[in-house]
Amino acid sequence: MSILNLSNILEIYLAIAALLFGIGVYGMLYQRTLIGMLISSELILAGASLNFMAFSRFLAPDPTTGQIFTLFIMGVAAAEAAIALSIIIAVYRNYKSIDTEDVAGLQG
Amino acid sequence: MISLFTAEGLAGLVFLFIVAVTIGGALIAVNSIRLPRAITGLAISFVGVAGLYYFLNSPFVAVMEMLIYVGAVCVTIVFAIMLADPGDEQRVGRRSAIGAPVAFGVGALLFWGLALLGINTMWPAAAARVSDGSVKDIGHSLVTTYGMVFELISLVLLLAIIGSLVLARAGRSKS
Repeated sequence: MSILNLSNILEIYLAIAALLFGIGVYGMLYQRTLIGMLISSELILAGASLNFMAFSRFLAPDPTTGQIFTLFIMGVAAAEAAIALSIIIAVYRNYKSIDTEDVAGLQG
Repeated sequence: MISLFTAEGLAGLVFLFIVAVTIGGALIAVNSIRLPRAITGLAISFVGVAGLYYFLNSPFVAVMEMLIYVGAVCVTIVFAIMLADPGDEQRVGRRSAIGAPVAFGVGALLFWGLALLGINTMWPAAAARVSDGSVKDIGHSLVTTYGMVFELISLVLLLAIIGSLVLARAGRSKS
């Protein structure tokens, strides 16, 4: 097993997907603005899709299943991004800020 | 041992480059203070993910990744940044001092656990293929097996368009 043969190993893809997921969770906790958190959630979804694609390529009897699931994840993620961005714009109109520390109207 | 100067060797080199692009773009996306830089990192990372999909024998999904994520979602987020510009003067102050180490710890713990789980598990041997996952097979499945889901996702997208229009309109003054 040489370093140039890594693209044919299932575990490599699982590790990359786990790394994308971990980076996404880190960004979700670390970023301060709502748009930054949305960007991190897209990374989390990319990690999940990569996992589906890897299993569908290496283990599944029907490789189309994972590809179609990934296409549906893309559709739902696009809908989620559109809704989240319009919510962010509405929040910005009310608070003049997209910082999570400033949007504290419900704080007791 | 594969020689570097064969087709397989070059493909392996391209794979390593694509992995580096994916991880590097993701790190830029989450670590940037300025949002335009973060969105550029996200686009770079998605180009890398599209390359990984290509290596996974699914060029159709790779093209869709480029079209939908790099072409549509990133541009939409850029428009939102333009409309809700956060004025980047006070961007320096982060969360409380404990925030960044805790976030890094949680992310690293999740990566470590998931990667270890994926590597240590003995996956069952690959089952016999019933199709080769070509674009033709995807099209057949979309209109036969997954026809109901296909219709439902179009409904979800329609509702998302209407909902985002209503939400973005709500706070606007009547003038």
